[in-house]
Amino acid sequence: MSAQEKIRNQVTGSPVVLFMKGTPQFPQCGFSGAAVQVLKACGVTDFVAVDVLADPEIREGIKTYANWPTIPQLYIKGEFVGGADIMRDLFQQGELQKMLEQAAG
Amino acid sequence: MLLAEEVRNYIMRGLPCDYVAVHGADGQHFEAVIVSPEFTGKNMVQQHQLVYKALGDRMKVEIHALSMRTFTPEAWAITGNEMTQER
Repeated sequence: MSAQEKIRNQVTGSPVVLFMKGTPQFPQCGFSGAAVQVLKACGVTDFVAVDVLADPEIREGIKTYANWPTIPQLYIKGEFVGGADIMRDLFQQGELQKMLEQAAG
Repeated sequence: MLLAEEVRNYIMRGLPCDYVAVHGADGQHFEAVIVSPEFTGKNMVQQHQLVYKALGDRMKVEIHALSMRTFTPEAWAITGNEMTQER
C-alpha cells in the first residue's frame, strides 16, 4: 500500500483524525499541542491522533495529500479542515464545534 | 538565520498583496498577517495554500512554522481597524 492510500484509509476510517507531531498526551510541537487543546475545548475526546514522527512516509505523504506543507492537519469525515491557525479561527467562530457535532451525529 | 523581513519579501514576491506583516525572531517560527485581493472568493484553506505556494520549497527547508491570518481587502477594512485599535 502506498503512503497516499494509507493516508486515505486513515482519514476516511474515522470521523475525526488529527495528524500531529507526538501524541495528545505528549505533543512534540506547540502547534500540535494547540490543535489537541482546540479539539478538547470542543468536547471531542475520541478523535484518532496519528503521530507523524513515528512514520517518515506518512510525515512526507500527508503534506502532498492535502497540498499542505505543515503539521498538524485536521480531517473531519475524510475532508481536510485545516492546520492549527484555521482550527483556532473556526473554533472562535463556533464553526468547528458545529462541524464536529455533525461528524459525531 | 532567516529574518522576518525575508519571509515577508518571499511572500510579496510570490503573491500580490496589499499588506504583509511578519514577526518572529528565532529564524524558524513566524507569524504573519497577509492581505491580498487574490484571497477574494476563497476559503481559509485555499487562502493559506496560496501563501504556502508563494513560499514554495522554503516551507519545507527553512521555515518550521508560519502562523498566519489571511484577509481579503474587504475583510481587512473592518478587522484591520479593530486590530489597530486593540494596540
